[in-house]
Amino acid sequence: MASNPRDRRYTREHEWVMLRDGEALAGITDFAQEQLGDLVYFDLPDPGKQVRQNEKLGEVESVKAVSEIYAPISGEVVEVNPKISDTPEVVNRDPYGEGWLLKLKPADPKEFDKLLSAEEYDALVATAGAEH
Amino acid sequence: MIQQTALKESPLDELHRRLGAKMVSFAGWSLPLQFAGIIEEHAAVRQTVGIFDISHMGRFFVTGPDASRLIRRAVTYNVCRLQAGQAHYAVMCREDGGIIDDVFVYCLAPDRLLVVGNAVNAETDRDQVALLIEPGMQAAIEDVQSRTVMVAVQGPESEDLLATTLAGAVVRTLPRHGCTEFELLGSPAFIAQSGYTGENGYEVIVEAGRAHAIWQSLLAARAQPCGLGARDTLRLEAALLLYGSDIDTATNPFEAGLGWLADLDDEPFVGREALRRLKEQGVSRQLVCLKATDKGIMRSGFPVLHEGETVGRVTSGGFSPTLGISIGMAYVPPQLAGVGTALSVDVRGRPLSVTVVRRPFYKRPG
Repeated sequence: MASNPRDRRYTREHEWVMLRDGEALAGITDFAQEQLGDLVYFDLPDPGKQVRQNEKLGEVESVKAVSEIYAPISGEVVEVNPKISDTPEVVNRDPYGEGWLLKLKPADPKEFDKLLSAEEYDALVATAGAEH
Repeated sequence: MIQQTALKESPLDELHRRLGAKMVSFAGWSLPLQFAGIIEEHAAVRQTVGIFDISHMGRFFVTGPDASRLIRRAVTYNVCRLQAGQAHYAVMCREDGGIIDDVFVYCLAPDRLLVVGNAVNAETDRDQVALLIEPGMQAAIEDVQSRTVMVAVQGPESEDLLATTLAGAVVRTLPRHGCTEFELLGSPAFIAQSGYTGENGYEVIVEAGRAHAIWQSLLAARAQPCGLGARDTLRLEAALLLYGSDIDTATNPFEAGLGWLADLDDEPFVGREALRRLKEQGVSRQLVCLKATDKGIMRSGFPVLHEGETVGRVTSGGFSPTLGISIGMAYVPPQLAGVGTALSVDVRGRPLSVTVVRRPFYKRPG
């Protein structure tokens, strides 16, 4: 299993979040996109919406099934990646780069520090992967 | 009590795993869900050629002078009409008209027919036919599921692929829904022009010992291996029914749009009286094709709404890779079954606008 980028933190629900210039960029992990298969539709909140950590943020539909996406941190939605509406497959191709999902204005930076480190997430995925 | 039984495996199981297939359990079998990805596999079948391991399909030969007559008693379609080399889709019903299975009946000779049904009904179909053997009838049933492999080769390039790899001239001369037996790698084999994708395609049955050689030879000719995921998206676009989702013992052929398969006026068969009655009564619901007019995905089980009232449920639903939007099927009252009717599907509390469209969603060019 490939390692996940070191410049961000992760949730047990397979979301990632990265802090940059006071904003948080969030998405789903490579493991998540791999498990879901071909992604075809994202239902995400509009900018301005307040979200709370660990609460349902939206949904992702793959050809196979629907899954929920949870907010990795609390805050206000600033922007939704405009690319994923027409080309959701960009999340399959590049989940950590071009395939980011949302920009958030973090409400509490301390929440970020409590998320899983890349090393911890690598270990989580290695265990989960072994079950498949 | 829940009885734990091991999943059945195809003779190709090990090869699928080696190719990195994601495996799932389906109808008691361990089968590939996908190899390269559902959308890529789907596109290969629509544009070039894909191969499917369908060894889970039920299949049994019925042989003897009364073979046709016996099968005729079990299915709605008059299979006695089939000439050697012809095949037909048919429905097996209960006495009350409920659907036991939808099957394909292949006539290889007047005294040699093959019945192919769904994995989940393999034993039921065979037992139902066996039950109808009457004293004095000369017919024998030979279930070949466990000792053969069954492979579907589907897509516009399927004929060329088979002609150059396995079946040579045999495939070139097969008419639509034609079938024949031939020799493949020194073993007796069966081939038919049929499938479950909406494309031109073929289904091949040969003894399990030849499975690896055949699959490898198709792979070497660059056919895309495809899993159950693409099999489902392809059949849904072609509006082909899935037993257990779109039809089951609680549905009858007329509401499922299979009334054309019911020959009610010649020999008797199981369910004929009920079907005559149902035909006279008319249907109270009808299976329709729904196409979303907005983003969002309808899935099996979601309620179908009309003016806020639940009028049916999605029986099959998903994303159509060819159309780039969600499609599905549902039973709705006849007055809402007309092409162009606007309905909505309740997608976890949010309405998704859908329109009743002509069947099928996808028809191959030409």
